[in-house]
Amino acid sequence: MRANATAISVRDLTVGFDGTTVLDRASLDVFEGEILGFVGGSGAGKSVMMRTIIGLLPKRSGTVEVFGTDLAALDEEALRAVERRWGVLFQQGALFSSLTAQQNVEFPIRENLNLSPRLIAEIALAKLEMVGLDASVRGKYPSELSGGMVKRVALARALALDPDIVFLDEPTSGLDPIGAAEFDALIRTLQRTLGLSVFMVTHDLDSLHTVCDRIAVLAQGRIIAAGSIETMLASEHPWLKSYFRGERGRRVRH
Amino acid sequence: MNAALTASIEGQRLDLVATGAWTAERAAELERLVDEIAGRYAEARAIDIDLGRLERIDTFGAWLIERLSRAFAAHGSTTRIVGLSDADRGLMEEVRLTNRAAVTANAAVNPFAALLDGVGRAMAEIGQSLVLLAHLLGALTKVTLGTLAHPARLRVTSMMHHLERVGWRAVPIVALSTFLIGAIIAQQGIFHFRTFGAEVYVVDMVGILVLREVGVLIVCVMVAGRSGSAYTAELGSMKMREEIDALRTMGFDPVEVLVLPRIVALIVAVPLLTFLGAMAALYGAELVCTLYGGMEPEIFLSRLREAISAQTFAVGMIKAPFMALIIGLVACVEGFEVEGSAASLGQRTTASVVKSIFLVIVLDGFLAMFFAAIGM
Repeated sequence: MRANATAISVRDLTVGFDGTTVLDRASLDVFEGEILGFVGGSGAGKSVMMRTIIGLLPKRSGTVEVFGTDLAALDEEALRAVERRWGVLFQQGALFSSLTAQQNVEFPIRENLNLSPRLIAEIALAKLEMVGLDASVRGKYPSELSGGMVKRVALARALALDPDIVFLDEPTSGLDPIGAAEFDALIRTLQRTLGLSVFMVTHDLDSLHTVCDRIAVLAQGRIIAAGSIETMLASEHPWLKSYFRGERGRRVRH
Repeated sequence: MNAALTASIEGQRLDLVATGAWTAERAAELERLVDEIAGRYAEARAIDIDLGRLERIDTFGAWLIERLSRAFAAHGSTTRIVGLSDADRGLMEEVRLTNRAAVTANAAVNPFAALLDGVGRAMAEIGQSLVLLAHLLGALTKVTLGTLAHPARLRVTSMMHHLERVGWRAVPIVALSTFLIGAIIAQQGIFHFRTFGAEVYVVDMVGILVLREVGVLIVCVMVAGRSGSAYTAELGSMKMREEIDALRTMGFDPVEVLVLPRIVALIVAVPLLTFLGAMAALYGAELVCTLYGGMEPEIFLSRLREAISAQTFAVGMIKAPFMALIIGLVACVEGFEVEGSAASLGQRTTASVVKSIFLVIVLDGFLAMFFAAIGM
């Protein structure tokens, strides 16, 4: 099911703050229609890489291409057009706390497309229902929602404009195992129905095993390995061995 | 290629063929198209929608197709969707399940009842906030008594930190604004008293006004705006991030750890700032009297000595710690009332400043009556 066209192509990306270098010539491909799990130790720079790709952090050197266009070469308007083709789910959801769940999902639609209020509301509700929430949450504020619901509303907002790529920053962290499994299944279903490419930063070994088509590993500022879960399990690299075949890794496999 | 929906009708049989890209970018024109078709062919009984020639479809397009078939279904017609590719079938089925719940419209509200409702709620809220103030005052008294019994429990470091922020760092702005106020009062006084040759009484007016009322009020307004708001925002964001709950579970009393040092710092700082403010205001008045009113500095001083007494000065200074207590209590109560959202933090911070300035003025009125009654 993998098309070989690349959705995102990162080459020799170097990112640093002040004196430190976080990413050192990291290169990575995300193919269209796949779910890429992105792993690495805490503080290895996973979130930095994701934030650099989506343009929240400046890069020192290297290129980031999305659907074959170099983001650095685009003017403001063209960049906004590309930005509309991706959705981002932040780790804490980052819902606007002064808007209700439905208004949060409506926000990107209202701002980017000139549609009738009726259609905006219908699409927003459809998205909320597609991520497994029922109509009762529409009028609730983020502070009234549970952690799992916040993540679902945030996912609905990330999907509001029918993006081609979704970035997920630790989507299952803070969820109970049942909630996390449901969320994984949801991501898989949505990825199939909407034909998404998914870039998922995660620490959840279950997610890596069940939903990810490919896994990329970041360590010492570089992508040290990329491939299927079988490749990771077979690898003799010490970090990969302890990550995938350590105590917790074994428990997941059996 | 433009998105389109072409219709061909034979009797009660309607064939619709969708072409082009049915995506978010075209959703506005597609919506018009779909509504128009649903209205024009309302009498059709059997409808086929052919999606085989679509270039692309996303949730927006899929929903509009679904909306169209629901519109026909509402007239009792049957709709078939044909030519759907496997890739898009999942999307259509997903969309078919959405927007099923009946939308409950908000019941119309009588505007008069809504007005009464609003007034009632506002009054209840005022009552509630007075109760909360009393609660915190009680808790603070208890903690203060406990601290007096065991002075080692007072958090001196924290208190000093707050004292520096609300006292020392406020010195320049407080001195500057009271200096200006003193100068302005003196200038206005001279300008108007000059018409009946009573310029020298400007000194009496400035002296009494500044020492009894204006000095302490200006300082309190500055402190409420500078420090009260900071207290509310700090405590509020601590509450949002569950830091206050964390303190509680570790066996600490948030009133003792967070509120007491802040309020003690205010009670120490406000009288000091009031004194400083009064001196700055008198200096401003003296400068204006000399430069603008042509009064010798010696005359200003001797006139001032006659006009005011230690009592005048005491009245202003006695008020200061009570004002500080009110500002601190209101700021902390509002901080603890912050809820999860950023908007709530903003609202509470505004409320903290508005309420404390208002209560300071009310308290000033009561104290004026009190001092008049005891002859000060």
